[in-house]
Amino acid sequence: MARLPGVSLPPFESVVAEHGRAVFRVCRAVLGPQDAEDAWSETFLAALKAYPTIRPGSDVRAWLVTIAHRKAIDGYRAGRRRPVPTDEIPDRAGVDGVPDGPDQALGEALGALPFKQRAAVAYRYLADLSYRDVAGLLGGTEAAARRSAADGVAALRRTYQQEETS
Amino acid sequence: MTAHDDLFGSLPEIHEDAYARLRSGLAERAAGDGLLDVAYRTVDTPVGALLLAATPLGLVRVAYAREDHDAVLTRLSDLVSPRVLHAPARLDAAARELDEYFAGRRQRFDLPLDFQLSHGFRRAVLSHLREIGYGRTESYSVVAAAAGSPGAVRAVGTACATNPLPVVVPCHRVVRSDGSLGRYVGGAGAKQALLAMESAA
Repeated sequence: MARLPGVSLPPFESVVAEHGRAVFRVCRAVLGPQDAEDAWSETFLAALKAYPTIRPGSDVRAWLVTIAHRKAIDGYRAGRRRPVPTDEIPDRAGVDGVPDGPDQALGEALGALPFKQRAAVAYRYLADLSYRDVAGLLGGTEAAARRSAADGVAALRRTYQQEETS
Repeated sequence: MTAHDDLFGSLPEIHEDAYARLRSGLAERAAGDGLLDVAYRTVDTPVGALLLAATPLGLVRVAYAREDHDAVLTRLSDLVSPRVLHAPARLDAAARELDEYFAGRRQRFDLPLDFQLSHGFRRAVLSHLREIGYGRTESYSVVAAAAGSPGAVRAVGTACATNPLPVVVPCHRVVRSDGSLGRYVGGAGAKQALLAMESAA
């Protein structure tokens, strides 16, 4: 693969090592535990395919989240035709074969948010994207992205803290 | 993370085993889709950890720890393709043959090799090296003559020093005319260990 001299991309493995877990947290928050693994795999496979063409020095995290966002939209549309993944028995085995801990309540509270708030919260607080990037992904203004994230966090605090004290 | 760490810090993390499965699943699917341009793994040997890297054509790089495996992977990303993934299963055959070699149960490697990292005279030297049998040695000047340039003794030294496939392409079997070992990409100790092992077998 011919590249300009002095222009260098790190091996893709180091991209996975650096961003893989954050992207998984995003997939899980936006899509729920059932679809997160597929979305993660689809995201990194698409990223691997496109990787040789990205401009060195670009924001790889934001690029990955953009791909994950498109996969999430696809997954979300497909998911709406299936039972909602939050209607689950709380002490079921997790997708990874071990029971999820009590903090699954937070995951479920996230899952109960409207899509835009959930995505705004995930991209801002789990992937550490700027509000400008979040707005670019969700459409609308930076102020609207900020509001979605704030509304999402407020709703989470209400639900989650209620569950904690109940 | 910027804020609300108290909140998001308590989100469940993916289980280590599940995450490892996801990553190896990615490597498998990448290979299936023709996107795994460079697969790599490491193997532990008596001469230290060796990095093995392969393209779809064959083994393209073997590297000693002293060459700095991260630096070698970065070079592969530049020279071959940045589509580099840790994919141990793709290198099972190479790892097995190396295990057998270091156990004294294998005298020649039967692996597809990709010589794209070496060119011209260096490549001619490497293809001659494959003909030096297990337990034998040749001097730099004999190798130079065999590769078609009797005067190119120094260039043979360079070809050995830059051999992208040490151990498998046995540059350790090239020694000085006075019988001393000469330099080696894996260090003089490794060269000595390989030759001692081969002569004991």
